[in-house]
Amino acid sequence: MIEIDNIHKNFEANNVLKGVYANIKMGEIFTIIGPSGQGKSTLLRILNTLETPSSGKIFFDGNDLFSGKKTPVDVRRRMSMVFQKTAVFDMNVFDNIAIGLKYRGFSKTDISETVNRALDEIGLSGYGGRSAGTLSGGEMQRVALARAIVSKPDVLYLDEPTASLDPVNTEKIEELILHYNREYGTTIVMSTHDMLQGQRLSDRIGVMMDGRFLQIAAPDEIFSRPGNENVARFIGINNVFYGTIKEKYSDGVHGTLKSGNVVIIVKTNYKFGDRVTFCIRPEEITVHDHRAEPIKGRNMLPGKIVSIHRQGRMMYADIDAGITISAMVTWEQYEGSGFEEGNNVMLSFKPRSVFVMEKV
Amino acid sequence: MNYIIEGIYQAFVLIITLNPEVVDITIRTLTITLGATLIASVLCIPLGIYIAFNEFYGRKTLISVIQTLYALPTVVVGLVMYMILSNNGPLGFLDLLFTSTGVMLGQVVLILPIITGLTISALSNLDSTIRDTIVSLGATTGQFFTSMVLEARFAIMSAVIMGFSRAISEVGAAIMIGGNIKGHTRILTTAITLETNIGNFSLSVALGIILLLIALTVTMIVSRFQQS
Repeated sequence: MIEIDNIHKNFEANNVLKGVYANIKMGEIFTIIGPSGQGKSTLLRILNTLETPSSGKIFFDGNDLFSGKKTPVDVRRRMSMVFQKTAVFDMNVFDNIAIGLKYRGFSKTDISETVNRALDEIGLSGYGGRSAGTLSGGEMQRVALARAIVSKPDVLYLDEPTASLDPVNTEKIEELILHYNREYGTTIVMSTHDMLQGQRLSDRIGVMMDGRFLQIAAPDEIFSRPGNENVARFIGINNVFYGTIKEKYSDGVHGTLKSGNVVIIVKTNYKFGDRVTFCIRPEEITVHDHRAEPIKGRNMLPGKIVSIHRQGRMMYADIDAGITISAMVTWEQYEGSGFEEGNNVMLSFKPRSVFVMEKV
Repeated sequence: MNYIIEGIYQAFVLIITLNPEVVDITIRTLTITLGATLIASVLCIPLGIYIAFNEFYGRKTLISVIQTLYALPTVVVGLVMYMILSNNGPLGFLDLLFTSTGVMLGQVVLILPIITGLTISALSNLDSTIRDTIVSLGATTGQFFTSMVLEARFAIMSAVIMGFSRAISEVGAAIMIGGNIKGHTRILTTAITLETNIGNFSLSVALGIILLLIALTVTMIVSRFQQS
């Protein structure tokens, strides 16, 4: 539906987008994830024709959006956008939601029916006559979302729509995003720096860093098979290492990988002698007592706990096993086993838990 | 001291009894100033919109010039308009010198920069997200301008009222262009100047009170708009 072809955008000497490629499919929720200042908002603004690219093309249903001097209004009306900074017009809630319908010349009856249904959907029935400026931040953002969707655009762009909201309002907005996508079939392209939000809502995720997509894939794929070191670190995998394939087994898919003095069994398509980056998800590592017996089919590494830190209900232990590996420990495990800093432990993980990302 | 108290007393008598001369001057003043404000608004608001939303060579300089002209001396306006409207001037054939219309034109010139400049500020100060939202909702160019003006309506109304205040309180241009002719071009400010010079304090104070009341009303309206 939308083809992004080698988009560059410069603001004077500042190169914000440096060659963005992507294909967005009709009806999907595509999330652009990345740290702040990497070009997510700029790309959305270009897609919504609020900015023009310095070079490159964007095809919307096969038509080049920037072929003419100005994008025709009938094309612009097939898309809509909600911004990170909530904006409501200095009018009542009903008129705020109705404004796009008025631009399109809808009748008063149609406007009334559509806006009242939208107010129901966003949980603000009875708020129509209220001045929009008196709403809370979460309510304003719901009004902005309803305003963007009532004209039934083919594509809805959302620029970090929950960035300034509390968890309760974030959940409501997420429910609405899923509702609009499932109910109306609206293609949704949104940006966020919240990886878990991306995972919850998206059909596909594009990880954007330094002005380009480093990886575009389904959420599960991104989280289990990050494309490279930067993506792995951004999605919260600290266990990223360099190593060399030391041996390939006869099955062609398994082998050993050496990183520092540590040798582990991995599943990889890379060849003997290749220097690679690899990662291990902390939650796929089990921490045992240091006297644990070897377990068949698992890598076993002795190590010493360097530090333990808590994140919510989970504990993370940094363990020096020749390379410093971060492992997840449940609170119960922590309380029951007496794991403490300085203790010797044994780590175990399956060869398939090691993801060899790329050749260096 | 007594003549001041006597003057104030007589002024209230003139106002309460609706003295024909006071009423005549007040009506003429309001007619000329409201007319000037209307003409200036019709010219300046679209001009302000154009300057606010278009990039062109010299735009920043133009805005600086407009803002500098907020303090345009009224006697300079009077002098320039006198030269333009006098028999030998380029618009001398219109016979507008020493007429109410001439005074109105002088006031239009005086308040053009204020209304234009404040309209530009009103539109430029709107949140950029509002501007983006209007575009992203599919507005045509006309709908975009209408929505932006509606969003800045209170600030633009304040600009118009500020223009009115400047026009109604000026005296230099009105005297030079209008000549302060009784029954024709005499307005509140020029009448106060004249009556004070000839020692008719009661009429001067009466006219001054009316001018203050108009100024007070305008201030209240401006403050109401600003709060909005």
